Amino acid sequence: MKQPFPFSAIVGQDEMKQAMILTAIDPSIGGVLVFGDRGTGKSTAVRALAALLPPIMAVQGCPVNSAKAGDVPDWAVLATKTLVEMPTPVVDLPLGATEDRVTGALDIEKALTKGEKAFQPGLLARANRGYLYIDEVNLLEDHIVDLLLDVAQSGENVVEREGLSIRHAARFVLVGSGNPEEGELRPQLLDRFGLSVEVASPKDIATRVEVIKRRDAFDNDNTAFMLRWQAEDAAIRDRIITARNALARLKTPEKTLHDVAELCLALGSDGLRGELTLLKAARAYAAWRNDTALTRAHVKDMAPMALRHRLRRDPLDEAGSGTRVARIVEETLG
Amino acid sequence: MAEAVWHRAVLAMQLLAIDPALGGMALRARSGPVRDRLVGLLDWLPQPQQRIHPAISDEALFGGLDLSATLARGQFVQEQGLLSRPGTVILTMAERAATQLAARLAMVLDAGTTHRLIALDEGAEPDEALNPKLAERLAFAADLSDVTISEAIAPDPFDPSAAITHLHQVAVPNDIAEQVTRIAAQFGIDSLRAPLFALRAAKAHAALRGKMTVDANDVEIACLLVLAHRATQMPGSDEEEAEAPEPDQTDRDDQDQTDTLNLPDELLLEAIKALLPDNLLDRIAAQKARQGKGSGSGAARKGNRRGRPMPSRAGRLGDGARIDIVGTLRAAAPWQTIRKQATGRDSVQVRSDDIRVKRFEEKSDRLLVFTVDASGSSALSRLAEAKGAIELLLAQAYARRDHVALVSFRGTGAEVLLPPTRSLVQTKRRLAALPGGGGTPLAAGIVTALEQAITATRKGLTPTIVILTDGRANVALDGAGNRAQAAADAQRMAQAVRAQRIDALIIDTGNRPEPALAALAQTLGAIYLPLPRADAARLSASVATALGD
Repeated sequence: MKQPFPFSAIVGQDEMKQAMILTAIDPSIGGVLVFGDRGTGKSTAVRALAALLPPIMAVQGCPVNSAKAGDVPDWAVLATKTLVEMPTPVVDLPLGATEDRVTGALDIEKALTKGEKAFQPGLLARANRGYLYIDEVNLLEDHIVDLLLDVAQSGENVVEREGLSIRHAARFVLVGSGNPEEGELRPQLLDRFGLSVEVASPKDIATRVEVIKRRDAFDNDNTAFMLRWQAEDAAIRDRIITARNALARLKTPEKTLHDVAELCLALGSDGLRGELTLLKAARAYAAWRNDTALTRAHVKDMAPMALRHRLRRDPLDEAGSGTRVARIVEETLG
Repeated sequence: MAEAVWHRAVLAMQLLAIDPALGGMALRARSGPVRDRLVGLLDWLPQPQQRIHPAISDEALFGGLDLSATLARGQFVQEQGLLSRPGTVILTMAERAATQLAARLAMVLDAGTTHRLIALDEGAEPDEALNPKLAERLAFAADLSDVTISEAIAPDPFDPSAAITHLHQVAVPNDIAEQVTRIAAQFGIDSLRAPLFALRAAKAHAALRGKMTVDANDVEIACLLVLAHRATQMPGSDEEEAEAPEPDQTDRDDQDQTDTLNLPDELLLEAIKALLPDNLLDRIAAQKARQGKGSGSGAARKGNRRGRPMPSRAGRLGDGARIDIVGTLRAAAPWQTIRKQATGRDSVQVRSDDIRVKRFEEKSDRLLVFTVDASGSSALSRLAEAKGAIELLLAQAYARRDHVALVSFRGTGAEVLLPPTRSLVQTKRRLAALPGGGGTPLAAGIVTALEQAITATRKGLTPTIVILTDGRANVALDGAGNRAQAAADAQRMAQAVRAQRIDALIIDTGNRPEPALAALAQTLGAIYLPLPRADAARLSASVATALGD
């Protein structure tokens, strides 16, 4: 399989790229939802993300990528428990995936050939400590969505079937993409995504031409193209690592907390998840920009992507929720 | 003209054989000798050819556990899906492919260049068409409806292998990417896949002709093949004027450099324009309407009941299927003697072939949101008649087990008298007690009805808004008594309803038909029905049409 299109070579779409970088800096932000028209590079960006993520240390061969030998679930039989460096897992959840494949199920082969009950881990196990990517998230079968919601909430996957009782850690960043014209997402699932971005095709000719040229170069002169952009990708990766370290040292003034709370109140977003996500996103953003303290400017910049999907839907507002957030940000924070 | 269509289709097939990254072709034609002849050309493309149909299951597509083989051999047997082998996939009755299937096929096309998809679109009506998600990923489209068999001349044998090896050596002059992108933008093609496809098609065409460099001829053909059917606007129609100077400048630059091609945008634009159908706008409207219904948003199809049970059929367990035990045993029964003899076991033996799964026809329930004008003007004259009309509709709704909601507007605002319910008695009681008087805040009424409709859509109902009014809106959304503003607000809200793709029906209860209401109905995309001329039977028939029975 060909390497994915390099992240840094994606023309424009700054908000989407920024959102993905933020989740790489602080995975607890809780994922990105990318909504947009056909042919805007949604899937390209998500698949490119893998190359950006710093490697993680994990127990070799562990089905759930455990960080410590003690975390390895008891049903996994490992000869040695040495730690190795591995790329952050980015797992694709295909639309046709059955429930068994997502959660894991009884290993039929072993059941038939050896007559023993063994657990075959599913996609959720593989995605632990990494990313779970769902293209066309709005077309996902309802029962899979419910299951994902439950796991994303608890961080633990529980499988109880065929006399088997298995639980394992499943903490992952959900990345979803979709085309809103083809169906909406239930508010419950929307809320699980930390950030939400809307993408559109670039409107000016120059940008469009650049997209076409880069894509053409990627298809025709792959080696040279990858070489050209790998360095840029590496630079972003280094900056992500620096930002992760800076995050711990970042000061959060009381005043900014107040701003965040005031903004969420004015917007009437449900629950406290909005506040928390906005705060985390703003902190990650400040760290990314190498600032030492969180300021109102950070909060203002992050408010649209952290809050736009948490508003109550107003069918009569043609401007879209992003504009509504921006308007209220302007009113409350000035 | 038809002959040219055929030639282009054949050419597209050749290009497809050369470059797999072109994705495929959407072929719109009824089943017949012309289509068969073109499908026969698929021999040029890599084999095997695999035909799939819109109702194909995921297991057949992607493979899965082969239960019968696994049970028989006592070891895990993986079944190969149709898509696990590279080749050419022919999707028959492509216009019926649901978004779910389209998304899966799109995923396969996106993942690599192993598959080429030929979508046979047999849509008879303009609003039956290939799912846009798939159409987007296929470089070519041809409409063979008007091609006769005598025009469909069988082409000479063609062997793509020389062109395939040659393809990698074809050079693309620098400015072609720019030109193609510009042309695509002028035709209002938003997606960036289109210019990419055009670029590739131009290269493949150059390779086909054995040329080393893409030239003007290749670009023209590529644009005709890839861009023409994607056009959503005539170039230069609106804001394009502002951008016009820019291309001009680039053209001048082109002429300075001698090695680039000399094909002005204008010529190319004209060439594509010539191919565009006259009814481009109608087509666009049809496409929009289609998106509203055919490709459904899932919510409407979900259904809140389990639906009508249908005869069970052979199938596999899994995917949430429920076993029909009686059906399964019945299917297994005839074979028991043979099986006992074969295995020597004296118990009921059920094999996986016997398994029957239950099927349900899921149909989402309909919700009629009655939006009743209880203003003074209505109340005086015809509120009673309006109530009568509603009762008539209610009886019908009851017979169809539809849900009903009741919204009334008068004075300065609207209120929900009755949230969605199936209770006929309750609806009648509320209706009878409906007070009248005050202004006509039509816009507010539509808003409230729309809110009800949207909530219902989320619950899996299919809402239809029925508005009963005499149409003289005189209270604006903000409650001010401003006739002009009120009418404007009503129009705006009607647009909002249409944007949400909710069906509507306007019943004019005034003494004589109100032109403003007819206009409103047009904005809503609704049926307009003046009550004075409608007797009970006609009303009932019209409503039935409006509701699509």
